[in-house]
Amino acid sequence: MSSQKKQAELIKEISGVNPLKCMKCGKCSATCPSYNEMDIKPHQFVSYVINEDIESLVNSKSLWKCLSCFACVERCPRDVKPGKLIDAARQVVVRQKDQNYLLADEIPELIDPDLPQQLLVSAFRRYRR
Amino acid sequence: MKYSYYPGCTLRTKAKDLDVYARASAAALGIELIEVEDWQCCGGVYPLGSDEIATKLSSVRALNAAKEKGQDLVTMCSACHHVIKRVNDDMKNVEDIRTRANNYMELEEPYAGETEVLHFLEVLRDRVGFDELKKRVKNPLKGKKIGAYYGCLLLRPSKLLSFDDPENPKIIEDFIRAIGAEPVIYPYRNECCGGYISLKEKDMSKNMCEKIMASAEGFGAEMLTTACPLCLYNLNKSTGAKLPVVYFTELLAEALGVKDEVKEEVQK
Repeated sequence: MSSQKKQAELIKEISGVNPLKCMKCGKCSATCPSYNEMDIKPHQFVSYVINEDIESLVNSKSLWKCLSCFACVERCPRDVKPGKLIDAARQVVVRQKDQNYLLADEIPELIDPDLPQQLLVSAFRRYRR
Repeated sequence: MKYSYYPGCTLRTKAKDLDVYARASAAALGIELIEVEDWQCCGGVYPLGSDEIATKLSSVRALNAAKEKGQDLVTMCSACHHVIKRVNDDMKNVEDIRTRANNYMELEEPYAGETEVLHFLEVLRDRVGFDELKKRVKNPLKGKKIGAYYGCLLLRPSKLLSFDDPENPKIIEDFIRAIGAEPVIYPYRNECCGGYISLKEKDMSKNMCEKIMASAEGFGAEMLTTACPLCLYNLNKSTGAKLPVVYFTELLAEALGVKDEVKEEVQK
């Protein structure tokens, strides 16, 4: 099995998503609050996994723009869950050695006196292992 | 009415007002909130990977502590509620997670999702009742036009959260009516504030919050209310319309006439 194929299988396994259920209606992209910031759009995540082009997916800007707000999950008429797919792709990256998207050393620069702890724990959980 | 209570990390620090006003209000309503002993942080976001176990254990511990006391578990923060409610669903319905989590826990009796998780707003709606709450209000917030800001965590995914209609919720509007104020319904009330993106990409969250603020202001809101410390933080960073944002528990404490008694505790 090629490593791309393996990674595609891994993403499907971690997310529990069956990308073949998608009928490309685009509701997920239409509702995504991060749409403008994404190079690969939510309805396209599915195609990248089906086509086993994981290289492009894990190197996309989109990987770090998803807010996990579940708008795409809630509004998908086929229950495909694009948000879970992109999180699984993110996991495939951060679970590797030295691939964390957020480093502890960055934190002092990023915080201010009002910043709630909730923001730090949430970002740590999504961006690193 | 006795409940186990899970405050969560931020309610001890930056969101003391959410917690302090909730406790004072609960006491005024005859609700006893008993804090779960030695609770641990829920992690802020639900771990989406279906193979995640260790990241869910802090929620399982709180859920099991409530079960051992035979109490429902009350949450106050939208994020804690979201995480704990979804982990509870895993423990109830996903055999693989239940088995593996219990292997870590080594409890006398395995935990299988027995605890009922209630957000404090649900306690007010389903246990106290908004009609009853209305009768207990001493200081109705007459004439205040308040926009409910739900955000994402309380509503979605709606099948699991079963909190309210995810596209047309009304629980906070009904709450606002019960305390004597006037709810303002505006289109962006259930859209995301940007959540954790505001740590590394502050402008993205700012843009989203400006849309929310403009939408609320355009429909005539004078202030917004929320149950989420991160929503409150992000909304306050909006550089457009500057509506004040307060926790729903502060409004409740004010309406029940107990706000001044505990005001100093918030400052500490």
